[in-house]
Amino acid sequence: MSTPSSTMSESAPTTMSAGLPTTRPFIWSVRRELWENRSLYVAPLSVAGVILFGFVISVIGLARHGKEMRAALTPDQLASAIVLPYDIAAVAVIVVSVIVGFFYSVNALYSERRERSILFWKSLPVSNLTTVLSKAFMPIVVLPTIVFGVTVVLHVVMLLLNTAGRAVAGTSVSELWAHVPLFQMEIVLLYGVATLALWHAPIYSYLIFVSGWAKKTPILWAVLPPLALIVVEKIAFDTGYIGRLISYRLSGSFDEAFSLPTRTPLRAAVQNHAAHGAHHPVQMPAIPTVGLGQLDPLHFLSSPGLWLGLLVAAAFLAGAVWLRRTREAI
Amino acid sequence: MSCIEAHGLRKTFGTTVALAGIDLKVEEGRILGLIGPNGAGKSTALNAILGLVPYEGELKVLGRNPWTERDALMRDVCFVADVATLPRWIKVSQVVDYVAGVHPRFDRARAETFLARTTIKHTSKVRELSKGMVAQLHLALVMAIDAKLLVLDEPTLGLDLLYRKQFYDTLLNDYFDHTRTIVVTTHQVEEIQHILTDLMFIDRGRIVLSCSMEDFEARYTEVMVNPEHIAAARTLKPIHERQVFSRAIMLFDRVNREQLAQLGEVRTPSIADLFVATMGGTNAQGLAA
Repeated sequence: MSTPSSTMSESAPTTMSAGLPTTRPFIWSVRRELWENRSLYVAPLSVAGVILFGFVISVIGLARHGKEMRAALTPDQLASAIVLPYDIAAVAVIVVSVIVGFFYSVNALYSERRERSILFWKSLPVSNLTTVLSKAFMPIVVLPTIVFGVTVVLHVVMLLLNTAGRAVAGTSVSELWAHVPLFQMEIVLLYGVATLALWHAPIYSYLIFVSGWAKKTPILWAVLPPLALIVVEKIAFDTGYIGRLISYRLSGSFDEAFSLPTRTPLRAAVQNHAAHGAHHPVQMPAIPTVGLGQLDPLHFLSSPGLWLGLLVAAAFLAGAVWLRRTREAI
Repeated sequence: MSCIEAHGLRKTFGTTVALAGIDLKVEEGRILGLIGPNGAGKSTALNAILGLVPYEGELKVLGRNPWTERDALMRDVCFVADVATLPRWIKVSQVVDYVAGVHPRFDRARAETFLARTTIKHTSKVRELSKGMVAQLHLALVMAIDAKLLVLDEPTLGLDLLYRKQFYDTLLNDYFDHTRTIVVTTHQVEEIQHILTDLMFIDRGRIVLSCSMEDFEARYTEVMVNPEHIAAARTLKPIHERQVFSRAIMLFDRVNREQLAQLGEVRTPSIADLFVATMGGTNAQGLAA
C-alpha cells in the first residue's frame, strides 16, 4: 500500500509541503463523512427527542398519580422503576446507533462509486488508506462518541424533568437522586459504549469491505453470505457454530466487559416471569445499575475474542484499501 | 524532464486490448489533445497516467510511477475525469472548504474569484446546480490548484455551446501559463483546435498520429479542387477525398502548398477533417457533431 507518503502527510504535513498551507486530510475526511451522512448524529438525536417526549408524558402522569403507584411497589421494585427509563433511554440510543453504523458502513465505499464522485475524491491528494480509515473511524469512534454525548445530555435533561416533576408533586427528590447515580451511570455508559464499539469493529470493517467490493446491493452481499453459511452448516453437519459465532460477535461484548452476577439478566427476568405467571410483570433488568465494581476491563482486554476481532477488522480494512485502489466507478 | 513519458504502455481487460503498447512523450508546457473514437483507449491511457488503473510497460508522470507513487503524484496532478463527478450532496461552500483542507496547493482566494464570476451560490448543493454550473464549479476548483499537470477527460460533455466555449477560454486565459501541461480529450475537436499545441490520434489502442500543431499546419493541406484539376490532384495522392456540394475536397499530407494552390482553393484542414481522413468513415461517428 502507499502508506509512507500518506502517513507523513498526516503526522508531519509541514515537512512535505514546506511553505504551503498545512493540510489535514484525515480530519477533513471525517468532516466530509459527517456532511454526507447526517444520520450519524440526526438519528441518535431523534431517538433522544422521542424518548424525551415519552418521558415528559410519564413525568406528568407520575406527578398526578405517583403516590398511588408507589404504594403498590416493594422498595426494590420502586428503585428499579425509578431508574428504568434512564436505562431504556441509553439502550435505545445505542441500538439505533448500531443500526445507523451498519447502514453507514455498508454504503461507505459503495455510494461514492455509484455516484462516480470517487473520481473527484481520487483527484485530490488524499490516499486510499486515509479515506478507508476515516470511514472506519465513523462507526468505531465518532458514532460511539455521539452516542455517549447525546445520552449524557439526555440523562441530565431527564433527571432535571424528573426532579421538577417530583418537586411539583411533592414526592421526595432525594429518593430520585439516590436511585439515579448519574455520574456512575455515565461511567458505565462510556465503558459499555467503548467496549461495544471495539467489539463490533470487525463487523463494521467487514461491511466497509463489502461496500468496496459489491457492484450492486451491497446490503445483500453483506447479509446473505453469512446466512448461507449458517444454512449450509446446519444442513451439512447439523451444527450451529457459525450462527453462535455471529451472535457472540453481535452481543458478546457485555458478557466480556462486565462481570454480571447473572450472565443473561434478560433471560433470567423472562424465566422469572414465566414461573410466576402472566399477571406478574416482567422486571426489566437494569443494566446501568451495574455498579462500577462490575466493570471488568481486565477480562475484556484479555479476551481473545477482542483481539481476534481487531485482527479481523484490520484485515478487512486492508482489503478495503486495496479495493478502493483497484475498483472503478460503477 | 518530460511531463509524461511512456514506453510500451499496455493495458488489457480480459481478452480486450485497450492499449496495445504505446509510446508517448509529452513535454512540459504543452496542451495535448488526445483524440479518438469511443473505445479507442483514450480514457484507459488517461487512467493509467492518473494512477487509477494498473498497467504493463513503462510510464513516468512528472518523473514518478503513477500506480505506485500515486499519493505523492496527486499533489502535482489534477484532473477532471468527467462532467458531474462532484458529489451531488455536497454544498458549494463545503467542497471549497474540503479542497482547501486537503490540498496543499489550493489557493482559496483564486477559487472564490472564479466563483464570483458565475451565478453559483455558496449555499447551493451540487444537485441544485445546472450541469453547466457544476462544470464551472469544478473548473474553479481545479484552476485554483497550482498543479503541474491537468488532465481533462471529456470535461464539457453534455454542456451547451456557451458553457463549452467559456470553459476553454477560461482555461486558456486564466490558467495556462506555459509551464503547466494540459492533456484533454473531447469529441468536440473543433472547439479545442485553437488552444492545442500538440495533437495525438488514438485508435484501437494505438497511436495513429502524433504531431505538434505547427507540424499539423505545415503538413496538411485541404484543397477544394477545381473540377478541371481533379485528375491532376489525384496524382498527388490525397490521403482523403470527399464531396461537398459536388465539389471534390482533397486532403494532402506533405505536399507543397504552392503547388496545391494551382489546383483550387487551399486551406488548413480542421482536426475533425484529418480525423475523419485518418480513421475512416465508420469510426468517426463520434465526431460528426
